Parts: sequence; structure tokens; C-alpha cells
Amino acid sequence: MRNPLHMLKKRSSGSIARDRLKLLLVSDRANCSPEIISMIKNDMVHVISKYMEVDKNKLEIQITQADSAGNGPMLYANIPIIEVKHDS
Amino acid sequence: MGEVIVVTSGKGGVGKTTTSANIGTGLAKLGKKVILIDTDIGLRNLDVVMGLENRIVYNLVDVVEGNCSVRQAAIRDRNQDTLYLLPSAQTRDKTSVQPAQMKRLTDELREKFDFVILDCPAGIEQGFQNAIAGADRALVITTPEVSAIRDADRITGLLEAAKITRIDLVVNRLRMEMIRRGDMMSLEDVGDILALNIIGAVPDDENIVISTNHGTPIVGAECLAGQAFMNICHRILGESVPFLNLERKKGFLAKILRR
Repeated sequence: MRNPLHMLKKRSSGSIARDRLKLLLVSDRANCSPEIISMIKNDMVHVISKYMEVDKNKLEIQITQADSAGNGPMLYANIPIIEVKHDS
Repeated sequence: MGEVIVVTSGKGGVGKTTTSANIGTGLAKLGKKVILIDTDIGLRNLDVVMGLENRIVYNLVDVVEGNCSVRQAAIRDRNQDTLYLLPSAQTRDKTSVQPAQMKRLTDELREKFDFVILDCPAGIEQGFQNAIAGADRALVITTPEVSAIRDADRITGLLEAAKITRIDLVVNRLRMEMIRRGDMMSLEDVGDILALNIIGAVPDDENIVISTNHGTPIVGAECLAGQAFMNICHRILGESVPFLNLERKKGFLAKILRR
């Protein structure tokens, strides 16, 4: 019998590859290290957490490449909100 | 006036030459006048994949240096009357040709052909710069592996920097049984990560190795890879073709035994 918690933890190698690549391409495109990207992520969470509760684990940031229309690289962030704090 | 398409990938061994051969042959089968140019100077291969290695007299460097005309160097395909190959030089290196010379050559060829297809070498150095110099659009080839996808993203950035804006993605060597059990990124995953338009999904099919052994491109054959390559040709022509179901057809017995 396998421990059901163990089953939950085990992720497919395909989804591990996908997540590693998403992070890697962000830093490749921005020409900065993955550590800096994760510092940006943490700082964003820190600031936004003052006003709302966000899902840190599902936060995704992405830097797109410069496009042909002359727009430079863009930073996109998807930050799932769990709850807006009403007292603030 | 014809269109100049560069087939590129960054990483080596993902299927640039096979894709070039099949797309060139497929477009010729659809009645288009096509010239394939092997720009991998020093590592000539498109000739052998096309089965034309015994007919080479002159090569790309000879044409660029003015030692012969394109008409003398281009080899007509064994099966397709409207398909030609301009082979690469084997004993020279990438610096034998300059981007400006390549642009001049492709601009001359687009007057005579519907499609000029450039098989790009691996890497991002001069060979790549030569191959993209005259291109209108690019096909980026990748496989569902981290290294190939990373390089495809880098190549995309370099193409955009060179003002090549029509970039389509071919995902090669998809293995459905691995995707099904979660051990390979799916077509959707790869498209999502690279944010490019997917123009082709080619399964990992042993018929490709067999066709390369014979020197006869597989495009248009009954097998999945042959159909996948032909679909890419139709999409290059602007037709809307649904993606193939890459699941191998199981026989009645296999269906029962699978459970």
C-alpha cells in the first residue's frame, strides 16, 4: 500500500520540465539571474500582501521579448487573490 | 514573387534538415516551384537526406564566389520536377559567405521560385546570420525537451531582433505514450511556453529514420509523420488544416489487451 500523501506529492516529470522552463525563460529574456527574478516575486508578494491575501504558490511572472512593433520587453504578473482585506 | 523561409532551431539534432527536406518536397508535390538551400557550410547533409549526394558538381560557395551560375549548381530532385537543391560546400567554413551575399542570392532566387527554403546550421554564429539574412519568415523547430525549447526561445529573440516577424513553431518528435503518462511536455505546453504560433506537430516516427536511410523524404506518405509534414505544407500555403490525432491506431486485439 502506498501512502496517499506520497502519491499527492509526486509530480510528473513533464510538469517539472514545464515549470523549470517557464522560470528559466523569464531570466533568459530579462538577462538576469533566476535569484533576481525570485527576489522580484517576493517583493511583489510583500507589497501586495499589505492589501490583499494572495496565493504565493500560484504567482507567475513572465517577461516577454521585445516585439516587432517596437515595444520593449514587458513584465507580466499573474497573482491569484485569495481574499481582499476589507479593513485597509 | 516567391517567399524565403528559413528553417532554424538553435540546438542541433532536433530535425532542421529533415523538416527542410520534407517541406521542400511537400510544397513541390503541391505544385510549387521550390529551391532548397543547405547553408550549413562545412557540414553538408541536406543532399544525403534528399538522396542527391552523388549529383553534386558545384555548391553554394561556388555560386556566391561567381565560379558558376545557380543553374549549374542547383540539382533537380529525382522525383519532383519542380524541386531543386543548392548544396553546401563540404571543404569550406561559415566565413566563406557573408550575410549580404546570401540576401542578394535569395532575392535573385525568389524571382524564379515560389519558395526558397534555407536549412540553417545549428548555433547562433555566422552560419545562422547568413541563413536568416534574406528570409521573410522562419520556421523554428523544437522537440519537447528543455534544452531544445530554451534554444528555440533564444533563436526567436534573435529572429525578432533581425526584424523577422513571421515566426511559426514546429514541434518535432512528440511521443504520445510519454505525454499521456505525464513524462513529456505536450504540444500545448510547448506552444504556451514559447508563445509562438504552432504550424506543425510531428510525431516521433521510425518511418522518418527509414525514409532518411533511403534518401526519400516521407512527406505525403500514409504514416503519421508523412501526413504531419504534408499538413505543415498546406498551412504554409495559408490553408487551415486541423492537427492530426497523433495517437497510433490500435488494433481490435490491442484495445482489449490494453485494459
